[in-house]
Amino acid sequence: MKPSANLTPLGRLAIVLCIAALVILPLVFLKGAEFGGADGQAEAAITQIDKTYKPWASPLIEPASGEIESLLFALQAALGAGVIFYYLGYQQGRRRGRGSEAPEVRDAEL
Amino acid sequence: MFRPQFRGRQVVALSGAAALLLGSQAQAMHIMEGFLPREWALAWFVITVPFFVLGLRRLRQMMRDHPEKKLLLALAGAFVFLLSALKLPSVTGSCSHPTGVGLGAILFGPLPMVVLGVIVLLFQALLLAHGGLTTLGANAFSMAVAGPFVAYAVWRVLQRAGANRNVSIFTAAALADLLTYVVTSVQLGLVFPDPAGGVAASTLKFLGIFALTQIPIAIAEGLLTVLVLDKVVEFEGEGAVREALS
Repeated sequence: MKPSANLTPLGRLAIVLCIAALVILPLVFLKGAEFGGADGQAEAAITQIDKTYKPWASPLIEPASGEIESLLFALQAALGAGVIFYYLGYQQGRRRGRGSEAPEVRDAEL
Repeated sequence: MFRPQFRGRQVVALSGAAALLLGSQAQAMHIMEGFLPREWALAWFVITVPFFVLGLRRLRQMMRDHPEKKLLLALAGAFVFLLSALKLPSVTGSCSHPTGVGLGAILFGPLPMVVLGVIVLLFQALLLAHGGLTTLGANAFSMAVAGPFVAYAVWRVLQRAGANRNVSIFTAAALADLLTYVVTSVQLGLVFPDPAGGVAASTLKFLGIFALTQIPIAIAEGLLTVLVLDKVVEFEGEGAVREALS
């Protein structure tokens, strides 16, 4: 099998910087913007198109406040990030334990 | 482990009951609770359920035949969980979030991602009042069906064409993210046609809200997916992304 073309450390850094720029630049250049949810705008558009539409259901539980909502979002992100970094740490440790064998060889042994 | 215990009918019945009990409304992600008329909500459930059932079967089969892939599957689920919690600012001055389904679709094919996507949508609908139970069918179709299938199709086509691995991953994940919101726009356009311009005009309006906001976010998701899958290949070998499990 041909060796995989993995990213160089510099390539990784470039990608991280690009992602950061995509998120930060709107905040820098759109000073007056509200940055509300796109879904809220859609809601406004719906009521504009069809003034008579009444939502016929509402959420079972609503977060008690904006703070509680942030808490739940933070929890969701933390759980996701936790598992992702568990995976990365686990694989890193497994690889350390096995030295510098090629991944193909390692998988064949298991 | 991967068998969420809920029934579509109960969900619809429960949310119907809730509609009678509660009167308020919340701002939400994707299509908000109660914002699809009953017949449309039902139609999207009918369309999405077969994909979900096939997804469950595929997951069970994977657990049986490839138990060593559990950790990688957890990674794919966690990626969706994390990304859909991140509401990012965009060039339109509003916020939206990535979906994260492209990563898992490249690793496992689209079907398992239907189930993982629905779990995340349920979490947000039940605890955060984002999305909704009545609109779950429609939201699941855009994020957990259309997204993964687009990602997988783009990935396969580009790989067949001999494109660079990272270019293929980026394109697949970014397009899946963007297409999710294109589908959402069409879903809303169908239900709320513009009095003058009809379905097309109103779909265009929703595209202007959802898809435009989504473009830079989709690019960011594509780049992040490249980073994570690069690590996966480093750890597990090229085979992890090359062979979609069956």
